[in-house]
Amino acid sequence: MRVEVEINGERHAADVEPRTLLSDFIRHHAGLTGTKVGCEHGVCGACTVQLDGEPVRSCLMLAVQANGRSLRTIEALGAEHPLARAFHERHALQCGFCTSGFLMSIEPFLRDHPDPSEAEIREALAGNLCRCTGYQGIVEAVEQAARQDMPDPDEGAL
Amino acid sequence: MKPAPFEYSAPESVDEALGLLGEDVKVLAGGQSLVPLLNFRLARPERIVDINRIEELAYIREGEDGSLRIGAVARQAELERSQLVADRWPLLASAVRLVGHPQIRSRGTVCGSVAHADPTAELPVALTALDARFHVRSRAGARTLSAAELFAGPLTTTLAADELLTEIEVPPLPADARCGFCEHARTHGDFAIAGAALMHAPDRAAVALLGAGWTPVRATAAERALSSGAGADEVASLAAELVEDEYRAALMRALVKRAASEASA
Repeated sequence: MRVEVEINGERHAADVEPRTLLSDFIRHHAGLTGTKVGCEHGVCGACTVQLDGEPVRSCLMLAVQANGRSLRTIEALGAEHPLARAFHERHALQCGFCTSGFLMSIEPFLRDHPDPSEAEIREALAGNLCRCTGYQGIVEAVEQAARQDMPDPDEGAL
Repeated sequence: MKPAPFEYSAPESVDEALGLLGEDVKVLAGGQSLVPLLNFRLARPERIVDINRIEELAYIREGEDGSLRIGAVARQAELERSQLVADRWPLLASAVRLVGHPQIRSRGTVCGSVAHADPTAELPVALTALDARFHVRSRAGARTLSAAELFAGPLTTTLAADELLTEIEVPPLPADARCGFCEHARTHGDFAIAGAALMHAPDRAAVALLGAGWTPVRATAAERALSSGAGADEVASLAAELVEDEYRAALMRALVKRAASEASA
């Protein structure tokens, strides 16, 4: 089936089987390998991307379901984004496999909760697993990022 | 893993969708339970009918009779953000916040959670406490079921292969109703081990339990006690009598008590 998706403002089209997962479309057809595939059953959060501004598990969607929709992946954020910088400065990653999923989840969370409490941050992080850090650095990075101005997602990468 | 091959249809109307349903067909709504089953190949349907493009089913609104109407592709996130639901059906607003994670609720649907009938799911339990009615359609006609008529066992409902759950209707709460929903899960967002939905009004009470059986269970003795003015301890003990396992019973007692105190706060 023909699938056309806008990812980070660019159009990507391919013929895929209906069973192709969105995560695989993003990595294999669009060639955007910043999105990681972990558990493939919606538990680990590594494959989180934004669909029309909302965080979703790309392993729990079929690529055909995203036909005609607009996606945003980690590549849109860029290394100088305040969230990425906060993760770097607070040692909120070690191997980095989970990081793109965390950032894609946290960006819309901070949009909706500009001044989150630690409890709200921990609840927001619960859908993403990190096996390296023990989460403390991640919580601190989100607290740091929350104190800074976020660029408008519609403006693209910094 | 990846799903086994299937045929895919994305109808744009209910009538078109009903024409595609039948044996060996699965309805895809939010996909937050179905797609993991496909990925594991625990489900290998011949055809997937994706109802996400049926705009006539994407709504949460108040009916003319003051009831809440939830269409088959209304997202859990929409329920969570609805001011109408927060004001008038706060039990649903509390329950939905405990469903999975934000990334799950942004896709997951209320009706999908009901049709999937996971015994650890929050929304079926809250809807059971609220005496929700489930509207079902097929090519042959339409019928309306109560929770007791719909939920048949773990991951099992009485929906036939050619039927689609199109709408959930939640009656208005009685005047001065107070509600509480509490659960215990080992980590936030995980499947709950036990939970309780409680509604208390001057002339009516409802207590529905998660983890007391393979379907949502109404604790009728606890409801009668609550109606006649019994304290939270007595209500909680009566509800916990429905649970055999000692640990779960202790958990249930604590959770019902907490839900009762949330409702009276």
